[in-house]
Amino acid sequence: MYLWNLLDFSLAGLALGLGWVATSSRDLKRSVVFFIAFGLLLSLIWARLRAPDLALAEAAIGAGLSGALLLSALRDEPDAATVGDIKRGQIASLVTLLSLLLTATLAWVLVQTLGVADPIRLADQIEAQLRNSGVSNPVTAVLLNFRAYDTLLELAVLLTAVLGILALGPARAPYHAGGPLLSGLIRWLVPLLILIAGYLLWVGAHAPGGAFQAGAMMAAAAVMLRLGGQAGAGLPKPAMQRVALTAGIAAFVAVGVARSAAGYAFLQYPNGWSGILILLIETATTLAIATTLALAYIGGHSGGGEPVDSAVTEPPAGKRN
Amino acid sequence: MIDLVAYGVIFLGIAFFAAGSIGILRLPDLHSRLHALTKADNLGLGLLCAGLALLDGDTLNAIKLLLVWLLVLVASAAAAHLIAQQALRQAEK
Amino acid sequence: MFFTETIYALTGVALFGLGLRGSLLRRSLLGRILAINICGAGVFLMLVTVAYRGPEQLPDALPHARVLTGIVVAVSATALALALGRRFRETESE
Repeated sequence: MYLWNLLDFSLAGLALGLGWVATSSRDLKRSVVFFIAFGLLLSLIWARLRAPDLALAEAAIGAGLSGALLLSALRDEPDAATVGDIKRGQIASLVTLLSLLLTATLAWVLVQTLGVADPIRLADQIEAQLRNSGVSNPVTAVLLNFRAYDTLLELAVLLTAVLGILALGPARAPYHAGGPLLSGLIRWLVPLLILIAGYLLWVGAHAPGGAFQAGAMMAAAAVMLRLGGQAGAGLPKPAMQRVALTAGIAAFVAVGVARSAAGYAFLQYPNGWSGILILLIETATTLAIATTLALAYIGGHSGGGEPVDSAVTEPPAGKRN
Repeated sequence: MIDLVAYGVIFLGIAFFAAGSIGILRLPDLHSRLHALTKADNLGLGLLCAGLALLDGDTLNAIKLLLVWLLVLVASAAAAHLIAQQALRQAEK
Repeated sequence: MFFTETIYALTGVALFGLGLRGSLLRRSLLGRILAINICGAGVFLMLVTVAYRGPEQLPDALPHARVLTGIVVAVSATALALALGRRFRETESE
């Protein structure tokens, strides 16, 4: 019992320490690396709080993909070692004080909320309706059945973000082709990652997993391909990319409109068909999320450009190779 | 009985992880730190996976844990090689 | 058992405050984006702590689902912010 408390205390303390360095260190490179470590620690905290779906997604997306994104953005910083400084002075102290006040108020409110004796939760309704939902993983049931409309809108937000990224101009310069070790690693890992993505997609119906984690695995494969020298990161040509990006929303809307036309509510799945419909929509969503995250990492339309020296961050002192 | 063996193996794995972490903090330069990072940590992970497989008892989960260990071995070996290569290249400049 | 929830809730709030302070006070765009991501992580921790119901009961799946989509949306928003920053810097140096 006290061992659990010790574990919680250590995890929370580490999270605060890593968060402190990530927000307040002078050296930007150190902040980014500590942020990646923070993401992995957060994945452990999700596992401790009995949220295995979140742990999978956080390790893949929050630590892995986010880390790769921030590291590649670090190359554009002119002098990463000193520019991360925090402003000092009176206004800064005022901001710190106000943040402290807000934090204290939020903490009080949250502890009061947690202390409520017999809270009314939607979890009871979820448990009651789970066997009618077509899947047995409650998180998947919530995402794809009970709150499918919210997921549709989240996919629209993802699409908006990637449209913004694509509209902002060409991507960064690609990397040189990797050496024999990196190419060999990629040749083995990319098919394995795609296989694991398919497995996560299938198993999400009855165990932790699902479309988001599977999409993240495929995006990881795309990131590996790009780091190994392929400018297009394994994505198809732009016309097919557009199809993949909108596949998730299209699947949701097609099902919803078909049901509306038949006289039922939008996205009210027919009895007995929930499971197969959820699997189909999840497949389309996986493609959409994979393409979205891959394009987000690439940073735009991958055009031409001279390959840059290597995929390691170092502040470009003067001209690039 | 199997539980005791499993706990012992897990404890040994944690000891290797601790040794690896102390190595990262205390060893002088990048290449020796890479040694501590890959060798000690991967052995620790292997022992940890073995102990967890013993605790769990299910064959399919044991195979999955073995796959996890093998993947981490491959990935960390490749990453260590790439880091060392890049460090060498930077030292030559 | 209440200790678990309290400590993670307080950690989540503290991370939110740290991120808020960092997002207002850091000089570089990348630092501010990092701080906003820490803000987001704090909020996710708060949500998952509310969903935690102790070692006997299964946790509440609704906040888990929302945080799951939140993680993905956060990373794509980060990517958009970084692309905007890069474009801004390119336009400035023209």
